[in-house]
Amino acid sequence: MADKILFDLVSPEKLLLSKAVDMVTVPGSEGYMGVIAGHAPLVSTLRAGMIDLKDEGVDTRFFIRGGFAEINPTKITVLAEEAIPMSELDLAIIDQRIIDAQEDEIAAKTDADRIRAAQLVDDLKLVRAAF
Amino acid sequence: MASVKEMRTRIGSVKSTQKITKAMQMVAAAKLRRAQAAAESARPYAKAMANVIANLASGVSGPSAPLLLGGTGKDQRHLVIVATSDRGLAGGFNGGIVRAAREKIAELIAAGKDVKIITVGRKGRDQLRRQYGDRYVESFEVGIKPASFALVKPVAEKVLSMYRGGELDVVTLVYSTFKSVVTQTPTVRQLIPAVVEKSESTAFYDYEPDEDTILEALLPQNISVQLLSALLDNQAGFFAAQMAAMDNATRNAGDLINALTIQMNRTRQAQITKELIEIISGASAV
Repeated sequence: MADKILFDLVSPEKLLLSKAVDMVTVPGSEGYMGVIAGHAPLVSTLRAGMIDLKDEGVDTRFFIRGGFAEINPTKITVLAEEAIPMSELDLAIIDQRIIDAQEDEIAAKTDADRIRAAQLVDDLKLVRAAF
Repeated sequence: MASVKEMRTRIGSVKSTQKITKAMQMVAAAKLRRAQAAAESARPYAKAMANVIANLASGVSGPSAPLLLGGTGKDQRHLVIVATSDRGLAGGFNGGIVRAAREKIAELIAAGKDVKIITVGRKGRDQLRRQYGDRYVESFEVGIKPASFALVKPVAEKVLSMYRGGELDVVTLVYSTFKSVVTQTPTVRQLIPAVVEKSESTAFYDYEPDEDTILEALLPQNISVQLLSALLDNQAGFFAAQMAAMDNATRNAGDLINALTIQMNRTRQAQITKELIEIISGASAV
């Protein structure tokens, strides 16, 4: 695996990481997907979940709460609604997100919003279970 | 001529004013640093978002394009969002934004368009309400915390619901771009329909789950992001303008104190001389 893929992780507050890595695993809306250099161009929505970077045998993980990924053969850009490095993440943060999402679900005005919030609750619970 | 006592009081009051402006300048400088960092760190996201949209937009155009991207095809009903600060004492900062907004609004009205106004920030509301009170939709306050998504959300929701409800054709945002600590430029920018930059890549993208779903999620998010980055720019610009204004005020107060002190000393010396002459002439008369 000679080629690396440039990985950008940005949240609305800041650019968290910009680095060339061997492989990136992102929580796509249709399931987790691994991305390496030479991937076909793709734009995907992302669920809440973990981003996993593999570089020189070292794993780095981030929690994201939904967003988008733009992938082309040399670069992947993740636009996260919120991103937290694994080292700063704990159960209390995830629980708070679950509570927020549940409140959103109750307060949702349209079906689409309610479904989205319910989806977020489910995804967050999966993250919590795996934590 | 004012008495020495009156002048001393006056100097005292100018001195305490100077202390206040000095303190405000230092507070603004400290806040500026934080606001500037926030504005700068929000840029990569806005830029990446613009990039994704540019790439997507090159694939979808024509009548099938989503409303937020392609517009309604009309140009009659306008919404102008005016973003200012809540507080003043920042020189021409808010004045500049409001002037740019007024020009834009006047131009639209002159062209026979229907114009509605939303303000973010108390200063813009106060200054525009008098003139365009009947065109008001809603006004939001900025508050003292750094701009965040929570602050932008109600504004974006209001705009989107109006747009989806078919009340609007074009949405324009007026705010101040933070160029540097000494320059902030009032800027008028069109939000809806999205202004798309020329795409860098010509690759055909696959979409997951599908194009419509992504655009449906991405475009409203883009409105929030643009609003957020405008508000962050505004906050940084506000503190920079306030710092400059307060620096000037402090210096002016210093000049005033010097001038008053000289005048007071002269008056006091004149009085002493007068009294001496009286004593001497009294003594020589004896």
